[in-house]
Amino acid sequence: MSKTGNRFNISKRRMLTLMLASVALAGCGKSGKPEGESVQAAAANGAVEKPNLKLGFIKLTDMAPLAIAKEKGFFAEEGLNVTLEPQANWKVLLDGVIGGQLDGAHMLAGQPLAATLGMGTKADLIAPLSLDLNGNAITISNKVWQQIAPSLPKGADGKPLHPIPASALAPVIASYKAQGKSFKMGMVFPVSTHNYYLRYWLAAGGLNPGFYTPGDVAGTTDAQVQLSVTPPPQMPATLEAGTIDGYCVGEPWNQAAVQKKIGVPVITDDQIWHNNPEKVFGLRKDFADKYPGTTAAVLRAIIKAQQWLDAEDGKNRTEAVKILAQPNYVGADAQVIAASMTGKFTFAPGDTREAKGFNIFFDNYAGYPYYSDAVWFLTQMRRWGQLPADHPDQWYFDTAKAVYRPDLYMGAAKALVEKGTIPATALPETDGYKAPDSGFLDGITYDGKRPNEYLGKFKIGLKQGQSVTASGVK
Amino acid sequence: MATLPTGSLARDAGQGAAAISNTGGSEIKNVTIDVSDNTATASPAQPALPGQIGAKLGEWGKALLAPLVGILAFLALWAVLAPQVDTSLGSLPGPVEVFEQGGALFEEWQASREAEAEFDAAQQARIDAGTQAEIFQYSGPPTFLGQIGTSLKTVALGFFLSTLIAVPIGLVCGLSPLVNAAINPLVQIMKPVSPLAWLPIVTMVVSATITGTDPMLPKSFVISAIVVMLCALWPTLINTAVGTASIDKDLLNVGRVLKLGWFAKLTKLVLPSSLPYIFTGMRLSLGVGWMVLIAAEMLAQNPGLGKFVWDEFQNGSSQSLARIMFAVIVIGLIGFLLDRLMLAIEKLVSHNRTV
Repeated sequence: MSKTGNRFNISKRRMLTLMLASVALAGCGKSGKPEGESVQAAAANGAVEKPNLKLGFIKLTDMAPLAIAKEKGFFAEEGLNVTLEPQANWKVLLDGVIGGQLDGAHMLAGQPLAATLGMGTKADLIAPLSLDLNGNAITISNKVWQQIAPSLPKGADGKPLHPIPASALAPVIASYKAQGKSFKMGMVFPVSTHNYYLRYWLAAGGLNPGFYTPGDVAGTTDAQVQLSVTPPPQMPATLEAGTIDGYCVGEPWNQAAVQKKIGVPVITDDQIWHNNPEKVFGLRKDFADKYPGTTAAVLRAIIKAQQWLDAEDGKNRTEAVKILAQPNYVGADAQVIAASMTGKFTFAPGDTREAKGFNIFFDNYAGYPYYSDAVWFLTQMRRWGQLPADHPDQWYFDTAKAVYRPDLYMGAAKALVEKGTIPATALPETDGYKAPDSGFLDGITYDGKRPNEYLGKFKIGLKQGQSVTASGVK
Repeated sequence: MATLPTGSLARDAGQGAAAISNTGGSEIKNVTIDVSDNTATASPAQPALPGQIGAKLGEWGKALLAPLVGILAFLALWAVLAPQVDTSLGSLPGPVEVFEQGGALFEEWQASREAEAEFDAAQQARIDAGTQAEIFQYSGPPTFLGQIGTSLKTVALGFFLSTLIAVPIGLVCGLSPLVNAAINPLVQIMKPVSPLAWLPIVTMVVSATITGTDPMLPKSFVISAIVVMLCALWPTLINTAVGTASIDKDLLNVGRVLKLGWFAKLTKLVLPSSLPYIFTGMRLSLGVGWMVLIAAEMLAQNPGLGKFVWDEFQNGSSQSLARIMFAVIVIGLIGFLLDRLMLAIEKLVSHNRTV
């Protein structure tokens, strides 16, 4: 424990020196900001130091808070001049933020955690705001759907009972194996929420999605279902080409498969983990330290946009769909975007169901970046071998605290409460950890304060003391 | 030619010379058009004798009618065949849909200009009222025309840099067989490398080099320009080397008799005689640069036409394919125009030399 703790301290100290150096180089008159959180909270609602910003996003509907903040003038209200730039894939986006081409971005929750831990490019990133809850689904190809559909248990209306378990895929996978083929599914990034939700669903159905080992960065050791990375907008085309048999991705790329009649969504991530955390707004730590006023202004604008998106039971969603359908944002056809943004979700053709909470941007404290969410993602990294070594519980808490920054969120949100823009009830009273959560598909309870105990509850996955090599789990 | 130490450059020399005389088979489009140009400028000087009218009509037919028929046939074929190809984004758009999208893109550009004017007016009002301290650049989405502008600027910078590097190295190679022998293997290995292979290296190097928060040129712009440069270097370099090496021996001997200095020899003898080669190389370089640029923008997500195409592909809306096809036509047209421009300059240069 002490070893890892020390390592973290060193990197923090190095960060401080770097920051001091950069402040000195810039010849910036304002003195000694770097003492971190307390000072920032005070300066949080100060003047905007850097009004011209470029933020990156991936063409997914959950980037909506950024598009709305721009189009409805919330950025401008905060004195910001923001350019939004679509990125080709999550890797390009992450490199853009780390390299400084982007000041911040719509990010996968795992990205700032992984970057700070040095998985892939090492960089200190923070997540001061969660952009939304839910919003993903798992889609399988028509061919696979036709093989599993007849045997699914049906409800009174003749439609399949939900949630559909991954075990329904087992016969198909067995027949693939008999033919010497492997069953392949796509997800969007190794540390993406989609990877973890897809793995959760498969493992809950008794299917092993494979482990990552230091020598296997593709994560296919022992896999019954082989997962691979495909950028979200290319998912439908890749499915159609037959390269993958299914995928887990955010909207509108599941509804696009329905619209193009190339695949069938079988389960939403809300059904896998009720009100699960999704994308975050991520940026470099040194940026937030150097420009606390700018960071707070960006957060205020995004919070206002989140409120607008969820206002009065979604009355603004139709307008939001129109904005997102512009070619410079998500750009898909409006009807495809509307198919998930307006309280409904289409599974198989003709099987449209109510999905009020399919994506939540503001309600249920959606914007608050809970430490327990960060810890959950870390447990999944450990469960699947992306973190090859054991870590004590304290390590999980420390890492979460270094990356997730509810202090910055609360600083910005409280300023909005004072102005009366958002109600005080929209902010949670919390120490950053949600109460133990049992809203999972397999009924396992997650307590963010006991990460190692939680890992012990899974049938498939690494537990404390286990490691994985090419020959299997030990 | 005899001074060339290796056979590989000699082969390139054949290519370069072919491009100069416009009889090479590598660029069919240019050749046919050049022929028609020559006849068009030659014919008015001749008296129109009755026997020649038919011939003239034939020439006109070749100059105007044949290309027109070709284009119409292509459009007809396109219109007939495209709807039969069914994709997950609907059937392939025909010419009408594509040009409609061209119109839509122009309207978007107009709308964006109006939005920009509104933005500037509102901003001016805020500045006058004292609620805004500094002037902001309009931060709306880039328009298609804006992307064309960015692409042209990027290719111009890359092309400028490549010329700046390739011509001096080429001259040295041409003048010194020893240097040529030293550099030639490197050139032959670097030449066929795809821009996409350079891109990760260039991205990392540029990201590490430019560290300021508000650099003068955006990083992505520099990355694209350098990738263009790396790929556009070689035709100019090789042609310059060949042009310099194939200078008339008599001229050099005369220079020796006159005891011309190194610099005088370069400016009075070498450069004038190798200029046509250099410009041919530059023309080939620009063509390569334009092709490379689109690929680099696509992969690296640098602003420009390549990014426009990729973004539209990612959008996957029902208009996306038509917009991509329109962009393809525009990319082709711009590439063609750039080539004509360089050809005109090249002709001017060789013309001046003979006079």
